[in-house]
Amino acid sequence: MAEVEDTLKRIQGYNGVIGSIVVNAEGIPIRTTLDNSTTVQYVGLLHQLTMKARSTIRDIDPQNDLTFLRIRSKKHEIMVAPDKEFLMIVIQSPTE
Amino acid sequence: MSVPHKVGTVKSKQATNVKAPVAKVVKAAGKKKDEEEATDTAEGEEWMPGKTLVKPPDQLDLTEEELNEEITRVLTANNPNAPQNVVRYGFKEGCYKPIIFVDQMAIHFELEGNLVHKESDEGRRLMAKQAEREEGTGAEKLDNVAKAGEKERKLTNQFNFNERASQTLNNPPRDISCQTEPPPRANFSATANQWEIYDFYVEELKRREKSKEKQEGQVLNKEEDKSKKKIIQAETQSDDITQLAHAAKIIERMVNQNIFDEVAQDFMYFEDAADEFRGEKGTLLPLWKLQYDKAKGLSVTALCWNPKYNDLFAVGLGSYEFTQEERGMLLFYTLKNSSYPEFIFNTTSGVMCVDIHEQLSYLVAVGLHDGCVAVYNLKKKSDQPVYNSTASSGKHRGAVMQVKWQKDDLDSNHNFISVSADGRVVSWTLVKHELVFTDIIKLPATDKVPDDLKDVIATAGTSLDFHKQKDYHFLVATEAGKIHKGSKYYSSKFLETYDAHFMTVSRVRWNPFHPNVFISCGWDWMVKIWDQTIKSPIFTFELKTSVTDVAWAPYSSTIFAAITNDGKSRDHA
Repeated sequence: MAEVEDTLKRIQGYNGVIGSIVVNAEGIPIRTTLDNSTTVQYVGLLHQLTMKARSTIRDIDPQNDLTFLRIRSKKHEIMVAPDKEFLMIVIQSPTE
Repeated sequence: MSVPHKVGTVKSKQATNVKAPVAKVVKAAGKKKDEEEATDTAEGEEWMPGKTLVKPPDQLDLTEEELNEEITRVLTANNPNAPQNVVRYGFKEGCYKPIIFVDQMAIHFELEGNLVHKESDEGRRLMAKQAEREEGTGAEKLDNVAKAGEKERKLTNQFNFNERASQTLNNPPRDISCQTEPPPRANFSATANQWEIYDFYVEELKRREKSKEKQEGQVLNKEEDKSKKKIIQAETQSDDITQLAHAAKIIERMVNQNIFDEVAQDFMYFEDAADEFRGEKGTLLPLWKLQYDKAKGLSVTALCWNPKYNDLFAVGLGSYEFTQEERGMLLFYTLKNSSYPEFIFNTTSGVMCVDIHEQLSYLVAVGLHDGCVAVYNLKKKSDQPVYNSTASSGKHRGAVMQVKWQKDDLDSNHNFISVSADGRVVSWTLVKHELVFTDIIKLPATDKVPDDLKDVIATAGTSLDFHKQKDYHFLVATEAGKIHKGSKYYSSKFLETYDAHFMTVSRVRWNPFHPNVFISCGWDWMVKIWDQTIKSPIFTFELKTSVTDVAWAPYSSTIFAAITNDGKSRDHA
């Protein structure tokens, strides 16, 4: 339990990380470092995208599963790591 | 002549003798005459002439016999016109049968009458009509006609129909309605994909297996199950974040990769174009700097790459200063995450050496500063070593300088060998939950030590290496500057001794490719390459400062790297 909290803290402390969100299975963010409205927006949109991505992978081969989803944009990079029950989102801007 | 004929027949019915028609006629005539005579007798006997027989001209002439013949004439009721030979098809016999009894009735005269019985309906009707006519006024007639029409209509209804109607009391209708509570509804939507079906089947399998296991071990596991249930409940109650560990790990690595993107690229593809111009000096690009806060103050004493996972390596932390406080750590780093170690183990004293098992890459042997050896199992989450050697189980009396895993022995127990500063080369075997030690050999004391102290003061071993192919041969380097070649099977004596250096030999290693060559380095500033069959070194390199470590390149048999006390590393070919 504490290890995970540690890890989350460390992730937030890394260079370039703007924010991190942890979402539970129902789509409710349980930990976030961003403000409420942004969090809700990110969660709503990324949840759907993750579901779609996962569905795609699994449709092709049911034994496969999505481990990681990365969206690189001009300004940031959004990383989503889905789990069985959770979803972890980290937004990082490139270190340049 | 028919009339007289009929009269004749009538008379013949009366069964009188009848003669031939002639005779009849005669007779008839005679009788008539008689009658006439009878009647006429009254009138007059005057007309008596003509008693002479008048014969008609066409009368048959018959003889007297014939005239006297009696001819029977029968009177029947048969209709002479009725057919006498009517036949009808009989289905029973299948042929035409004559019908004997034929209707003999002959109708001579028919007249239909127009008399109506006065009691009958028609009679009554007619009588009524007559009554009307006799009354005779037009209007009445009309009325009567109408009435009569009605009456007539009534009368004409054959059944004399009567209609009676009555109205029952109807109950006033009432509306009663009641409303129930609608059943609770919930919207359910799901997708049926190939993978959802697959998931479900996998879960079903697991459930079945569990139930099988439960059935088998039910009695014994009841208590365990109870405790498990408690744990499960506790887990599900909290907003459980521990399962996030895996996802968090991935994220951390990804974030690190982003941060150290250039470094990662260099790691793969480093090529410095300037190398061609520098001549002897090459470039060594430091890629990562791995730090751990809690390891501050500890010096890195040992490094070992994991043979299976190429990016994982173990770091042993301790201190070289013998007077400093005893504390040590064993850390495992992966190149994927350069900011934080993957595994952290705290040890009771400084770690001096680390070795990871070749096949079972989760077994890690550690030699400690206080002479203990410990074995850690990376698969287990605990912080404690799986095996630990204690004073009673024969731990070393000096710091353990080197540990090396061996192949599994005949009982397929894992074992490893350690050499320490107390001069003993010990083999440790992992038997169940214990470490069993066997002394392999004892390093002989140097010549300088007086004989009677030889048993007490031992020379410290500093390095140990096993031959790649013949792994019962090993080399031990000592503080005294000697290298001994020994065999695991000879426990009393060394096979060979080489006078290697004037000072402590810090490292000895076999060449991974050449079976006879090994390299040694010492604090006497020298690196020497030896052939095991020759007593003196083949090559000697003199470096400006004491050499602390030397290693062969894994890809070439002629390249080695050496590190010196001044912080420089040299590659030689």
